[in-house]
Amino acid sequence: MKIQKIKELLDARVLCGEENLEGEVHSACGCDMMSDVLAYVKDQAVLLTGLCNPQVVRTAMMMDMRCIVFVRGKMPTEDVIELARDAGIVILATDTRMYVACGVLYAQGLHGGECHK
Amino acid sequence: MTEQVKFHFDIDGENFTSAGEASVRIKKMLREMGFSSEVIRRVSVAMYEGEINMVIHANGGSADVIVSNDKVEIILADNGPGIADIEQAMKEGFSTAPENIRSLGFGAGMGLPNMKRYTDDMRIESEVGKGTTIYMTVNV
Repeated sequence: MKIQKIKELLDARVLCGEENLEGEVHSACGCDMMSDVLAYVKDQAVLLTGLCNPQVVRTAMMMDMRCIVFVRGKMPTEDVIELARDAGIVILATDTRMYVACGVLYAQGLHGGECHK
Repeated sequence: MTEQVKFHFDIDGENFTSAGEASVRIKKMLREMGFSSEVIRRVSVAMYEGEINMVIHANGGSADVIVSNDKVEIILADNGPGIADIEQAMKEGFSTAPENIRSLGFGAGMGLPNMKRYTDDMRIESEVGKGTTIYMTVNV
């Protein structure tokens, strides 16, 4: 799925990384606990989260993720956006709640992928 | 021929916002040095969890990374409160982090287990009231 399609499906705003919207992603995860992301994520390129601080971006960087979706209307501060911009990570912001956002993307074929045991 | 490259970082304990900066820099440097993405991820995640731990529990510390052809060693040292029961601290889900840390996305009791999970060798030396030093190795 193209990141552009995620934007459309979730009616999201693009906060940075506009130039990477054509990037293709194959799996995603939804999580507010960054330690769990660090533990279980393998190749998931998209992180949906309601947590909104710089460590979300650093965690995504560690796991080589390409897109962060802030759900339920969470708005990151400019320093968070700046970190992501430097790393080439797309940030999307949507009013959709976590459960619904994950469900919509899953139903359209963006699945969970494999995880570390 | 064995070449070693060493990096040293001071980890600021006052600032949760900047925690992880050293790991991001190491990640970038290892990438420039041509290591595989798997090795880079293992090193940077293990170090990142360590950095976060030092900020949460120990008011900061230091990180030394020694890069060789066949392995990457990470040494994290702090003068924090120490770990009373290392075996217990290594259990997934066990955490002594305060509640406000959980609201930041950490403190789920996954830090030390993650560091072990991503490294080939991990050794903890800790004395209550004095501090903790963690030695980790990722084989290349």
